[in-house]
Amino acid sequence: MASGNVGRSHRTFISYIDRTRELYLAQGYGNPYQWACFDEAPFTPLPKPLSECRLTLITTASPVREDSTSEAGLPMPKEVSSGPTASPPERLYTADLAWDKETTHTDDLDSFFPIHRLQELAEAGRIGSLAARYHGAPTEYSQRRTMERDAPEILRRCREDGVEAALLVPL
Amino acid sequence: MSLVARHLEANGISTVIIGSARDVVEHCGVPRFLFTDFPLGNPCGKPWDVEMQRRIVGHALDLLESATSPRTTVQTPFIWSEDSSWRERYARIDPSQVENLRKAGEARRAIQERLKAEGKARSD
Repeated sequence: MASGNVGRSHRTFISYIDRTRELYLAQGYGNPYQWACFDEAPFTPLPKPLSECRLTLITTASPVREDSTSEAGLPMPKEVSSGPTASPPERLYTADLAWDKETTHTDDLDSFFPIHRLQELAEAGRIGSLAARYHGAPTEYSQRRTMERDAPEILRRCREDGVEAALLVPL
Repeated sequence: MSLVARHLEANGISTVIIGSARDVVEHCGVPRFLFTDFPLGNPCGKPWDVEMQRRIVGHALDLLESATSPRTTVQTPFIWSEDSSWRERYARIDPSQVENLRKAGEARRAIQERLKAEGKARSD
């Protein structure tokens, strides 16, 4: 990898907030989406070394199912899902999520849901253990639904499983 | 997903996010964020590249241990390709499609209005 200063006048990472706003505007949606934004962020240090902690994995993908769209062609409402980390599915449903479907694919689960990598790391002792269940968090247009319904439900399931740390991967 | 991380963290569970939409995650404000500058879809490494995936997940675990304050962002050392044309691709507006986009939006709103009237759609 080059080590020199490459001298750019602008940031290279993409502003998805800007792109999405422009796309919504082109579709005739007048009011731009208000992305969640907080002045403060919470912080909880690990309670003990990671090699003694129980960790779970949380994804925005959902279980594969046939009826992913309603008759009107709109996505079906989604709910929090969970599955066993010891026997993960071969695939997860990602077609309803916003990702770059022209450039890449989600055929390799571990590229967005690194369950096998985590199993290896748990086996190697890098983390204490994997929690019994992983979780799927619905991506909701409504932040209120996420805050009042889905996040508390995921917390409840994490507590049931004795989770101390979580790796979250949005697509 | 950032909201879920914040909720878990506020309730005593340490979290780290691996993602590729840096502006969205940082705009929200989360405890720990590992940024992979890739097209949306494969934040944990390229498909089938087990070694890259192992390193990225390893970086996330390192961050879980090393961060001492919230809003800590670390960037992974990987690039998608020398060719950066992918950056222009996602959600681009093709000038020839502007009219179709407007019509698609109109049709979608009509469906939503109808479902709402029938009491089938969520109002929020």
